[in-house]
Amino acid sequence: MSIFNSLTAEQFDSIGRELDAIRNREIADLGEKDAKYIRTLIKRQRQLEVAGRGLLMAGFLPPAWLAGVACLSASKIIDNMEIGHNVMHGQYDWMGDPAINSQTFDWDNTCTSKAWKHTHNYEHHTFTNVLDKDHDIGYGILRMSEDQEWEPRFLLNPILAGVLATFFQHFVAVQSLKLEDYLIYKTKTKEEVKAEFKPTWKKMRKQLFKDYLLFPALAGPFFPFVFAGNVTANLARNLWSSQVIYNGHFPEEVEQFPESVIENETRGQWYVRQMLGSANFEGGPLMHLMSGNLSFQIEHHLFPDLPAHRYAKISPEVRAICEKYGLPYNTGPFFKQSFSVWKRIFKLALPGKRKGGGKGTLATVLNKKPAPTGEQVPISRKAA
Amino acid sequence: MQQTQTQASRFHSGVQRVLRSRVAQVLSYPHGVDRYLEVMNPMWSTGEVRARVEQVQHLTADSVTLTLRPNQHWQGFIPGQFVQLTVEIDGVRHTRCYSPANSVHNGDGTIELTAKAHANGFVSRYLREQMQAGQVVSLSQSGGEFALPANRPERVLLISGGSGITPVMAMLRTLCDEGHSGKITFLHYANRAEDMIYADELAEIAARHDNVELVRCFNGGDTAGELSGLFCREHLLEAVPDYADADTFLCGPPPMMAAVEALWDEEGLDHRLNKEHFTLAAPQVDSDSAEGEVRFARSETLVTNNGANLLEQAEAAGLKPESGCRMGICYSCTCRKTSGQVRDLRTGKVSSGDEQDIQLCVSVPVGTVTLDI
Ligand code: FES
Repeated sequence: MSIFNSLTAEQFDSIGRELDAIRNREIADLGEKDAKYIRTLIKRQRQLEVAGRGLLMAGFLPPAWLAGVACLSASKIIDNMEIGHNVMHGQYDWMGDPAINSQTFDWDNTCTSKAWKHTHNYEHHTFTNVLDKDHDIGYGILRMSEDQEWEPRFLLNPILAGVLATFFQHFVAVQSLKLEDYLIYKTKTKEEVKAEFKPTWKKMRKQLFKDYLLFPALAGPFFPFVFAGNVTANLARNLWSSQVIYNGHFPEEVEQFPESVIENETRGQWYVRQMLGSANFEGGPLMHLMSGNLSFQIEHHLFPDLPAHRYAKISPEVRAICEKYGLPYNTGPFFKQSFSVWKRIFKLALPGKRKGGGKGTLATVLNKKPAPTGEQVPISRKAA
Repeated sequence: MQQTQTQASRFHSGVQRVLRSRVAQVLSYPHGVDRYLEVMNPMWSTGEVRARVEQVQHLTADSVTLTLRPNQHWQGFIPGQFVQLTVEIDGVRHTRCYSPANSVHNGDGTIELTAKAHANGFVSRYLREQMQAGQVVSLSQSGGEFALPANRPERVLLISGGSGITPVMAMLRTLCDEGHSGKITFLHYANRAEDMIYADELAEIAARHDNVELVRCFNGGDTAGELSGLFCREHLLEAVPDYADADTFLCGPPPMMAAVEALWDEEGLDHRLNKEHFTLAAPQVDSDSAEGEVRFARSETLVTNNGANLLEQAEAAGLKPESGCRMGICYSCTCRKTSGQVRDLRTGKVSSGDEQDIQLCVSVPVGTVTLDI
């Protein structure tokens, strides 16, 4: 039985109150130092980017190429993780600076900020780890939960997870299209997909043109060096950010929930679901920075609009609350969490349900038609 | 010298052209060229007006006078107009209107802004107490109807009260620099002689120019001025008997403006009266009771505030603002509040009355609120 069901209504309420108190205290403390932090970071990121792009222009010299790729990769990672992701969460909206605002910020990524805010800020953060509601459970490509009905395509789980990681920015860019509804479940028409793809394609085009044509062209005869450098930097960002994100919700002990949990969910229950549905990983300041502080995924899911550099400070308090109520606080070294994620990816390639659920043999499942996602009946947590 | 000047300016406009080019836009996508320029120098931009504070003076105990040097995007102002000054206080941007007080012919391209620090004037107090030379601020271009006409009127009457002195000061200084020959009367109201901003300079201008007459009027028994007490017809008759022949420019606190306007109206002179209103802080309302109305400006809809969160009130009014989580985490429902105050349902904090972004689903109006939806 999940720990979720062992808490009383009063306990949920007091967890809610205690976490609200932390949030209110931090919100009241927002000010100069947060503004300075994000501005300095933006400055460093822009400097890294200019340096990286500049060095790549001299990319025919191997040290310059390597340094350029390193700078540009770091720039893209910081732009997407600690700046873009966090600014688009509204963490710095209170500053009133139009350049650092969730409504106006855009990132160095093919995903439009609008689509991102819908699938991520709204769907993923509101319905965290709720099957059929949180598209981040597998991105429509992977099987990431025992309660996701097995389909033959999931035999490719590990390969697809690798492909997803490699082209992460593009998958994220089209995530809002829910392509599987068109390709596999046929619940969406080609026209619908086309219309929705339009704004995404507009942004993709600009990003691809910039990275793969214009900057390389500026280098004249050294086009291939810049091109290769940009491919590598984008790849580095893709692999890193996808792993960070996998680690946030897919280590093995992280819980997933049936849709029924969100009916009449109280604030306390919402908080607990966020904690049970997220996992942290440990590391030094550089690790936290490069992961956009998603190394504090639990704190991030509790307080998505609190400036992320504050998570480190409040994490001991959150941990203490978990201990007080007997809730797990899932954390571990980066490599341990990553290993756990990949174990899950491999395991779920094969059919099989959570303990108690019938294990279908490969033959029986292969003969079964995949059900549209909307009709899947998630296993209730009580039965698990 | 001339040669290098033109070369330099040609170089500058060349750089600006490159920075504003399509290629620069694509290369800096999606952040834009400005976001890279400001990292190198906060004054650099392809179009935004920024200014460096060159000097901070305190002409009276409760005022501050800033000399600002704007970047090349500043297009100047007409005496009487205002600019919006944006400063950052404890990480939060605040924007207020101030009328430059300098002559448009001051020659060095600087802008002079003077603010009076009111007890509850958050921004003016900051300017008074914290502002330091070297800081960079943002400015809007100048605006406002209150302006000296290009065809300078012959007979000019400038009436001001308190910190309303700044726009008419710009008019006076400009006219003097232009060698204006018509008569100018500068009628100013202040509480006490020591609170009068620009007192020394005004006395000096009046001494130097035969056509400029300075009439100071203090309140509360202070008899250091030519007149005393609040504005009344007697003041006019005594100091400016030919007021009906003048083009009058008026800026001051609301009660004083109302008194002057009433008199000009009464005498059918309102077409000769030009005025600038001060904006005053909105009155405090009880944050717990549902009062006032909610105005959805863009959709021209108005409802009585029923105390529910603004997302629900908007939807009840038939609008469809974007929304998602309805619990304050996704920021889909963020929209611009152009005036009024709201209370955050989570923290209980009441916002300022400034224009700012709010999340509809976790905000309840405190009194009348105007939203840009
Ligand atoms: S609807 Fe999500 S913040 Fe208001």
